[in-house]
Amino acid sequence: MNREYGRHPGFDPGAPLLSVRDLRVRFATHQGSFHAVNGIDYDVSGGETFGILGESGSGKSVSQMAAIGIVKCPPGLVSGSVRFRGIELVGASEPVRRSVRGQGIAMIFQDAVTSLNPSLTVGFQIAEMYRVRTGADRRSALDRAAELMERVRIPSARERIGNYPHQLSGGMSQRVMIAMALAQNPDVLIADEPTTALDVTVQRQILSLLRELQKESGLAIVLITHDLGVIAEIADRVAVMYAGRIVECAPVESIFRNPSHPYTAALMASAPQIDADEARLKTIGGAPPVLSRIPKGCAFHPRCSYARDRCRSELPARSMISNGHFSACHFAGSLGEPEGGAYA
Amino acid sequence: MSADEAAASGDAGFEPGDESRDSALGWRDYLLALVGDKVTLAAAAFLALLAVATLGADFVAPYDPVQLNLKERLLPPFSAGSSGIPHVLGTDELGRDMLSRLVYGARVSISVSLIGATVSALLGISLGLVAGFLRGALEDLIMRTVDGMLALPSLLVALFILFLIGGGYANLVLVFALLHWTVYARMARGLALSYRESTFVEAARAAGCRDSRIMIRHLLPNMASPLLVLFTLEIAILILSEASLSFLGFGIQPPEPSWGLMIAKGRDHMRSAWWMVTLPGVAILLTALSLNLVAAWVRTVSDPVQRWRYLRPRHAPQDESGAQGG
Repeated sequence: MNREYGRHPGFDPGAPLLSVRDLRVRFATHQGSFHAVNGIDYDVSGGETFGILGESGSGKSVSQMAAIGIVKCPPGLVSGSVRFRGIELVGASEPVRRSVRGQGIAMIFQDAVTSLNPSLTVGFQIAEMYRVRTGADRRSALDRAAELMERVRIPSARERIGNYPHQLSGGMSQRVMIAMALAQNPDVLIADEPTTALDVTVQRQILSLLRELQKESGLAIVLITHDLGVIAEIADRVAVMYAGRIVECAPVESIFRNPSHPYTAALMASAPQIDADEARLKTIGGAPPVLSRIPKGCAFHPRCSYARDRCRSELPARSMISNGHFSACHFAGSLGEPEGGAYA
Repeated sequence: MSADEAAASGDAGFEPGDESRDSALGWRDYLLALVGDKVTLAAAAFLALLAVATLGADFVAPYDPVQLNLKERLLPPFSAGSSGIPHVLGTDELGRDMLSRLVYGARVSISVSLIGATVSALLGISLGLVAGFLRGALEDLIMRTVDGMLALPSLLVALFILFLIGGGYANLVLVFALLHWTVYARMARGLALSYRESTFVEAARAAGCRDSRIMIRHLLPNMASPLLVLFTLEIAILILSEASLSFLGFGIQPPEPSWGLMIAKGRDHMRSAWWMVTLPGVAILLTALSLNLVAAWVRTVSDPVQRWRYLRPRHAPQDESGAQGG
């Protein structure tokens, strides 16, 4: 397919697919300034699945919406750099960003049922995504929609074309969303908690669909989730976010084998274990910080059992644990023995 | 049903054996539903009759509506005419055939309302959509204008404008468009406001749609149902407005027939010739009533989520949960 974004200055087919540097998002509100994303860096290359893991309010969704430029400004304030194949997107003009959306970077959302337009048939909606760029006529666009519905394994796709979203189940709706996202053959698919609203069995089907589609087309997937199980199942690399920062970034085996940030370790400890004897789940004490008053130093220090004086004043830099495994903790290398008197 | 069962049947997708409900609705379904709904059917039949009479007035009307015949003035309904064709609905004070005047009057009254409603709808919906979706200073400008216009008594303003520019067909349409776009603008803005934050708009934006495309292709279909109802009701209101303005002498000018004008003329003969006021009055009443009934029906069948309950009642589930195919 002819790529519209290929015409823009800065386009470099050799550059990393998606390269994020020091991305910051701030929201100016009446209650003060909320720092949703506070300088994150990562690269995504073709064919890989990059997981972004974090709890609610950690900035994982906002960082992705900022990346494709659909954060509402104002009140949002985006700075830093997001380059898609060398094209700078932060501060870029609307036509430049629009040319990347859909065709370069597509997005699917958490709640597929409300992300579909209730008044239009699913066939029309998928065809519409295709027609945005190609200007294809109705017939051929609907044919293409049927192909896409087959591609996302919707049974008897040709008959489903005239269905309205309310006639589909949640899993089917998510498949339709994926078909819409694939309509323009994107290079990167941002999946914002694609399986959160679904039952576990359906969740599994959707994840394996994503993996198959990735194998077919070399699509890069950025998967936003709060579910460790989803990450373990599908991601190649994972970034853990806390209070708008990436606290740890590593290949997925490496992070599960050797979590090197206290937050990651605590998250994994609080995941339910089928063979655990304890009746209660472990939790992380305290609450995530309010984004208008992020603690000084390491944002996690009030909840961290390893915290020392240095953590309260100094923002930890990234340190390398092993090849491709980074942790933003002062004591990343020497975790494992919690300091008893840390809070003294 | 347990979560697992729901999951198992949920993604397989659809209830087997319920194909008829899922298959696309065709014109046949609408026709069947209309036949089943006697009141709406009667209203629709009346409007259809009116449409035929209006479009084919030249063939339906037995007499020339402006042809005077002073020998046959103020004849009651069912009088024989001198030319052999009976005056089924009588004649007026100048001997003109009432049926012919009603039919030609319908042409004027309905077309002026239809065109007025269409122009004001186009104007109001575009402005309201832009105001509600783009917001900002433009919204303030548009909506404060609407507020200002709604504060004025529209009939008086219409009279004032028509007094300045003169009555007649084109000026009437102009006045209707100028005064009635505000109701559409208000509704369109409200609807656009409620949909602009929805995820499907965000999804469209993430796919690279321009604002104009989102407004026309993604928002407008969601707004169609309530706006269509408003449009239908507005036609009824405009027919009444046209009647009032023509009655007061500021609308359609004689000798052109219009329902309002006919009532105005008939007023002088109310005691001796009741048919001169009653017949155009009944025509206005029936038209407005039919339009309102049809509007209610249109609202039901234009909502893609609700309409099959009405159109295919045999397949309607007992409660909401069944509709999701769980």
